[in-house]
Amino acid sequence: MSTNKLSTHDMAIFASRGFVRLDAVVPTSLNDQFLEELERTFGVREVNGGTTVPAVPAGTEIDQALTSDQTLGQIMRLPRLKGAIESLVGPNSLLDHHFVHVLPPAADIEAAGHSANAQHLHQDSTIDVRKAFDIQLFYYPQEITQSMGGTRYLPGSHLRIVNEAAIARYQNVRGQQHVVCPAGTVFLMHHGIWHGGSINRSDRTRYLYKLRLNPTVPQVRLWDTTDLTDADSTQLPIFFVRERQDPDSVQSVLTRGEPWFEMDTGRIEFINRIHFWRRLLGDKTFDAHYWVSRLECEPINFEQSPEIPI
Amino acid sequence: MHKTKLNTAVRQQVLVLYLANSALDSPVTAWARYDGAGKVRHQAGGDEEPPYATGLAALQDGWRLIQASPLINHNSGDEFRTGYFKYEFFFEKLVSKENDQLE
Repeated sequence: MSTNKLSTHDMAIFASRGFVRLDAVVPTSLNDQFLEELERTFGVREVNGGTTVPAVPAGTEIDQALTSDQTLGQIMRLPRLKGAIESLVGPNSLLDHHFVHVLPPAADIEAAGHSANAQHLHQDSTIDVRKAFDIQLFYYPQEITQSMGGTRYLPGSHLRIVNEAAIARYQNVRGQQHVVCPAGTVFLMHHGIWHGGSINRSDRTRYLYKLRLNPTVPQVRLWDTTDLTDADSTQLPIFFVRERQDPDSVQSVLTRGEPWFEMDTGRIEFINRIHFWRRLLGDKTFDAHYWVSRLECEPINFEQSPEIPI
Repeated sequence: MHKTKLNTAVRQQVLVLYLANSALDSPVTAWARYDGAGKVRHQAGGDEEPPYATGLAALQDGWRLIQASPLINHNSGDEFRTGYFKYEFFFEKLVSKENDQLE
């Protein structure tokens, strides 16, 4: 199996927090090439000619959509990035849509008589109850500093079923993150992650290339599973624990809370992550810290035992 | 056009706190602020720390509670679905906006 694929630990982080971050995965030469094309296209407010970010019918296979003669096609073929994409949505994923977000400095927006606003918190597309998941690739071709107002996102929000901007009222959430990263960084986010654009307080236009991919294969054990061991699925003592548990184990990662978790639904998040991991693993017996086993412990099936009144 | 000066016009400031459970003295997990007096424009992602540690702390600072989320029974089959924050509390303060003008 390709060593460019994600590890089991990376995948557990994705299942738990909803994203994988690859710092500076795109080399400087390709970042500069892509940025130059973007600045040429958007700097003079021309309509995109189709070479920088080609107009592609929704549902086109990624290799056909972004060909190797294009800068974006070369980026998507970088072994580490391709390995990460295929760990999540498999080979031959479909380009749902892509888009370049161009955010001028707030001072320029205000000088033009408009107000510079932060984008409301939202979940993309619409209400989505699939068990499968799409990924959204966020590629930053330039260094993003704090003042550039990188994408704001909420780790661990991806399994919540909400509808687009219905969450706009949540102005600030404990644990929210702002992307600050070196040039060439790519985030691979679960489609359900809550996010929004921030205000660009710098003097430089900020660019973000965003690509949504749909899977065409079952998303089961697509990553590099050579580091997966039986210990990852073994039940351990809980609550009253004599030995400190490995904080990097799959079970620990899946049951680590976020600062914004409510006391009761935080536990439901653990349960939903465990079910997510079961699907990724193709193993419906997996559990972490006994959260689901307890709920499945029904020695008698009352529904199928008519002699027993229920 | 004639303008009338109103030195004591009242405006509403709204504070929305999301708490860790249904108790008003539980920790704040998320928040939003809207200033009807127009003194401050609060934007998404603008704060890293909440204005109050708990809902009770907001009461103690003079905010008036005007709405709280009810506790709703879990629908059968939907017990493990998570979505919107459950413990939402709306507060208000009435403030005077000086030098307000009506056309």
